[in-house]
Amino acid sequence: MAQSIIGQVHPVSITFFFLFVLSTLCITYWAAKRTRTTKEFYAAGRSITGFQNGLALAGDYMSAASFLGIAGLVSTKGYDGLIYSVGWLVGWPIIMFLIAEPLRNLGKYTFADVVAYRLKRMPIRTSAAAGSLVTVLFYLIAQMVGAGTLIKLMFGLPYEWAILIVGCLMIAYVLFGGMLATTWVQIIKAVLLLGGATILVIMTLSKFGFNYGALFGSASEKYGPEFLQPGGLVTNPVDAISLGLALMFGTAGLPHILMRFYTVPDAKEARKSVFYATGFIGYFYILTVTIGFGAAVLVGKKVIMAIDKGGNMAAPLLAEALGGHMFLGFLAAVAFATILAVVAGLTLAGASALSHDLYVGVFRKGQANENDEVRVAKFATVALGVSAMLLGLLFKGQNVAFMVGLAFAVAASANFPALLMSIMWKKFSTKGAVASIWTGLILATGLIIISPTVWVDVIHLKEKTAVEKQTADAEAASKAKIEAVAADTKAIEDEKAALAAKKKELASQMPQALFPLKNPGLISMGAAFLIGILVSLLSSEPEAQDKFEKEKLRAYIGIGAE
Amino acid sequence: MNVKEFNFKDDADFKKLSGQKSTVSLVLTVLELVFYFGFIGLIAFNKPFLSSMLTERITIGIPIAVGVIVMSWILTGIYVYWANNTYDELVKKVRDKVEG
Repeated sequence: MAQSIIGQVHPVSITFFFLFVLSTLCITYWAAKRTRTTKEFYAAGRSITGFQNGLALAGDYMSAASFLGIAGLVSTKGYDGLIYSVGWLVGWPIIMFLIAEPLRNLGKYTFADVVAYRLKRMPIRTSAAAGSLVTVLFYLIAQMVGAGTLIKLMFGLPYEWAILIVGCLMIAYVLFGGMLATTWVQIIKAVLLLGGATILVIMTLSKFGFNYGALFGSASEKYGPEFLQPGGLVTNPVDAISLGLALMFGTAGLPHILMRFYTVPDAKEARKSVFYATGFIGYFYILTVTIGFGAAVLVGKKVIMAIDKGGNMAAPLLAEALGGHMFLGFLAAVAFATILAVVAGLTLAGASALSHDLYVGVFRKGQANENDEVRVAKFATVALGVSAMLLGLLFKGQNVAFMVGLAFAVAASANFPALLMSIMWKKFSTKGAVASIWTGLILATGLIIISPTVWVDVIHLKEKTAVEKQTADAEAASKAKIEAVAADTKAIEDEKAALAAKKKELASQMPQALFPLKNPGLISMGAAFLIGILVSLLSSEPEAQDKFEKEKLRAYIGIGAE
Repeated sequence: MNVKEFNFKDDADFKKLSGQKSTVSLVLTVLELVFYFGFIGLIAFNKPFLSSMLTERITIGIPIAVGVIVMSWILTGIYVYWANNTYDELVKKVRDKVEG
C-alpha cells in the first residue's frame, strides 16, 4: 500500500469540506428568511415530511463516533464490535411503539411539554429542563472532544482550530436558520454518510466476489475463529443488561431526537419518520460492521492500531486503500459534516430547554410573546455554543468516552420514565414526576462517578496503570528466573508460588470501584420508575387524573394537537 | 357537536381504537425486548452456541446479530402497516363523529 496521507491537510478533503460548508451556509441563508416565529425556530414550521424527518433523525443520531468508532471496534475486536452496534439500534422500535405518536399529539416543542401537559407547570419544567440539559451537555462535550481529536487525526488540523470551526458553524446554523437549517444539514449529512458508506462497502465486497462468506472466511483465516465469536466484551450478565437498558431506553429519552417529532405536521408523519429512521440507521450499522471486517482483512489490525489505538481510523484507511486519496478526502469531509450535524441538533435541543422550558415555562410563568421567546432562544444558542467550545477546550486530552454512556444513562433514567408514565399512567402526579426525574438524574450521575468506568479508569487511572505495570514487571522477572533455573522443578514451583503471592498482593492494591456496574442504567432507571410510582400513589392528584381522561382524545386522535 | 360535548369515553369506536393501540404497542414492545435481551442472554450464558459454525465460514452469531437489527426494522414496519390501515380508519371514524 502507498504511504497514507491520513493526518495531512489534503486539497481533496479541503475542497469537499468547503463545498459542504458553502452549501449548508446557503441553506442557512435560505432558512433564515423562514425562521421568525417560535414554531419556525423550534419546529421548522412543522413543514418537514415523514421521509425527510426519517433522514434527519438518522442524521441526528449517526455520529462520527459511531461511524468511525464501530468500524474501528469491529476491525480490532471482530464480533464484539457487532454486539455493540446492535445496542444502538434497538431503542428505535421502542420510540415507535410507546412514544412517537402521543409525543407528537400532546407536545409543542419539547418533551417537557408532554410531561407538563396535565401536571403542574413550574416544578415539571424545572426538573425536565435539568434532565434535558444534563443529557445534552454530556453528549455535547463528548462530541466536541471527539470532533477535535478526530479532525486532528484526519486532517492534521490543530485541536483548538477544529473546536473553533465546529463551534462557529454549528452556532451559525442554529442561530440564523433554526430547526429548518439544522434539519437540512442533517439530511445532507445522512445522504452523504449513507452514500459514502455504501460505496465503501461495494468496493470492499468487490474484493471478495460480492460474497459475505468469503469476507468472513478471510477474516477468520487471518485472525482465527475467535474473531467471529463473542469475546471479552460481555463478561458479566448484569453489566450487559444494565448497558442494554441504558442504550435502548436512553435512545427514547434523548431530547434532540424527541424534539425532531415536532417538525412534522401530524402523528401519521411522525410514525412514518421512525420507520424510515430505523431502516436508515439499521442499514448504516450493517454497512459499518462490513467496513470493520473489510478493514481488518484488507488493511490489517496492526496498521490500523499503529495510527490510532482505538481503531478509529479503520474506515478512512480502508477508503484510502480501495479508493485512493480522492475517496479518502471525500470520506474525511463526510466525517466532519457528520460531527456538525449532530452538534447542531444538540445545541438546538439545549437552547429550547433553556428558552422554552426554563425562561418561558418557569421564569415567565408560561406568558411570553413570540419575539421575546425567539430572542431568548437565540441568546441561549450562542451561550450554549460558546460553552460547548470552552468545555471542548477544557476537556482536551481527557478520556470522555464515558460521557456518551452517561448521557444515555441520564436520558434513560431521568427523561424516559417521566415521559412514559405521563403518557401511559393516569395516576402519575406532579410530585411523582419530580421525584422520578431527580432520582434518575442523581443516581445515574452519582453511580457512574463511583463505577469502574470513572472511579477506576478516570479518577484512579494512575494507580491502576501503576499496579498493571508492576504486575507485568513481576511476571516478566519471574519468567526470566524460571528460564534461568531451567530443569530444577522445585525452584520453578517456588518461583510460581512467589509470583502468585506477589500478584495477589498487587491485586489488593488495585483501585476498587465503589459501585460494581460499568453502566448504572439498571439501578438508576429502575429506581426512577419505582420512586415515580410510589410518590404518585402517596400524593394523589385528582385534577391531573381528570385531565388524563380528557387528553385521551388528543393523544389518540390528534384533535387539538399543535 | 363540539369536542367538549362528545362523550368519547363511552364511544364504542374510541374504546376499540384505544384498546387496539395499547395491545399492538404492548405486543410489539415485548417482542423487541425478547429479541434484544434474548440476544444479550445468549452472549452472557451461551457463548458456545453463538460461536458454533453455521456454514464452513460463518458463525451462527453473525446472522443472529444482524437478524436483531433487521427484525427491529420489520417490527416498526408492521406497526406502520397496522396503523396506516386499521388505526387510521378508526381515527377517521371518531374524528368525523367529534367534528360532526
